[in-house]
Amino acid sequence: MATEGNPIIDVKKLTKTYCGGRIRALTDCSLTIRKGEVVVIVGPSGSGKSTFLRSLNLLETPTSGQIIFEGTDISDKKTDINLHRQRMGMVFQHFNLFPHMTVMDNLILAPVKVRHEDPEKAKERARELLSKVGLSDRESAYPIQLSGGQKQRIAIVRALCMNPDVMLFDEPTSALDPEMVGEVLEVMRDLAKSGMTMVVVTHEMGFAKEVGSRVIFMDGGKILEDKPPKEFFENPENERLKLFLSKVL
Amino acid sequence: MWWSNLFAGMSPSNFFNFSFLPKYASFFIQGVEYTLLLSVVSVAISVIPALILALMRLSKSGIVRTISGAYISLFRSTPLMVQLYIIYYGLFSLIRIPSYTILGFIDITRFIPGVVALALNSSAYVSEIFRAGILAVDQGQMEAARSLGLSKWQGMKFVVLPQAIKNILPALANELVTMVKESSICSVLGMSELIWGAKTVASTTYKTLAPYVLAAIVYFAINYPASKVIEAIERRMRRGDRR
Repeated sequence: MATEGNPIIDVKKLTKTYCGGRIRALTDCSLTIRKGEVVVIVGPSGSGKSTFLRSLNLLETPTSGQIIFEGTDISDKKTDINLHRQRMGMVFQHFNLFPHMTVMDNLILAPVKVRHEDPEKAKERARELLSKVGLSDRESAYPIQLSGGQKQRIAIVRALCMNPDVMLFDEPTSALDPEMVGEVLEVMRDLAKSGMTMVVVTHEMGFAKEVGSRVIFMDGGKILEDKPPKEFFENPENERLKLFLSKVL
Repeated sequence: MWWSNLFAGMSPSNFFNFSFLPKYASFFIQGVEYTLLLSVVSVAISVIPALILALMRLSKSGIVRTISGAYISLFRSTPLMVQLYIIYYGLFSLIRIPSYTILGFIDITRFIPGVVALALNSSAYVSEIFRAGILAVDQGQMEAARSLGLSKWQGMKFVVLPQAIKNILPALANELVTMVKESSICSVLGMSELIWGAKTVASTTYKTLAPYVLAAIVYFAINYPASKVIEAIERRMRRGDRR
């Protein structure tokens, strides 16, 4: 099913520079993400993979290039980005749960305030999703009372509560204690199985191999390799990718 | 000896000679009430313009930032007394305030210009308190809010400001303590607050020291416990963070 769907995100020659062009974070990155795909982005730190991911929902504003999301150029300044962000869930390395709210209030904030859903209906849906990640009993807890793995699972549910068409993951397991990585990856694996379109920046090569429909290698702000996982890991062509894989595998 | 006269005026009997009190106590009681009302109302009013100034200062637009920065610099770099004179004789020579008295001794034709001057001055300081409080909230919070589709203002209102409040409240209370002291400047325009009361008693009774000593004691008795309470609350809030 990997490449059959319609394009959902189309990135065209995305370039991002800082400090008036003196620092180049991304250079001419182009990528098409289709419905149902799980695109895993790997690369050494500082390679631009997080900047690339954060550009997809415009947390970083592109210097040049286009990002077409479901047919709309969202990098155009005239586009109301808030409207499109509702359809793109984002999960952060440091969870970024709202510490002054209970788990339930974290989950229903956006559905109620942005989409003006009935709070009771939003709660019903949130409970359903909570039970899927095995955290039904924590809905009235505050984030500070949760473990890292629980926080990240809640953060995933928070994004899912908006019914997104695509989920973006920015190193979702990098801030976790090793014994908690598994529970978060399992939730992501289930999500992928359910057909969710996902873009995942990660260092978890096992996840890339097993769940990814395509694996992307970035270095120096450029996309250097884009292949199905089997080829990516077994027949790497790019010299820098070979070097990278020899270090991480 | 010649020097024994030098300190004659500073003998304890002059310092603490409160014999004027039975007759003139009302000057001090009303003075305290005036002072407290003046400072509480001024700081309370300053909160809204201060929030606007702080948000302007954090704006993306350079012009908006400059306007806010200019206001803050202007009010922080000139003496409060000058601001008071300019507002009283300048602004309020154009605005007529109907003659009216609250609590029987607060004449609003003086009270309102005083509040306006103190509030304008205070908003410059309070806006910096707000700005620092907002900046202390982790940037990821706003990013998470925005990525859920919340607008910038919704992110501020529902996510950032509720967390910033914790940083802001103690500093705001400290600003109130400062204002209780600073409002004494209003005596130069005849607002009958605590210092004005002391001054009046001093010139009526020819006791030039003790009324001011009493005023100092009253200020201290208000501000010292207040700042201790603020400190305690601050400590408790910080403990809440670590939990």
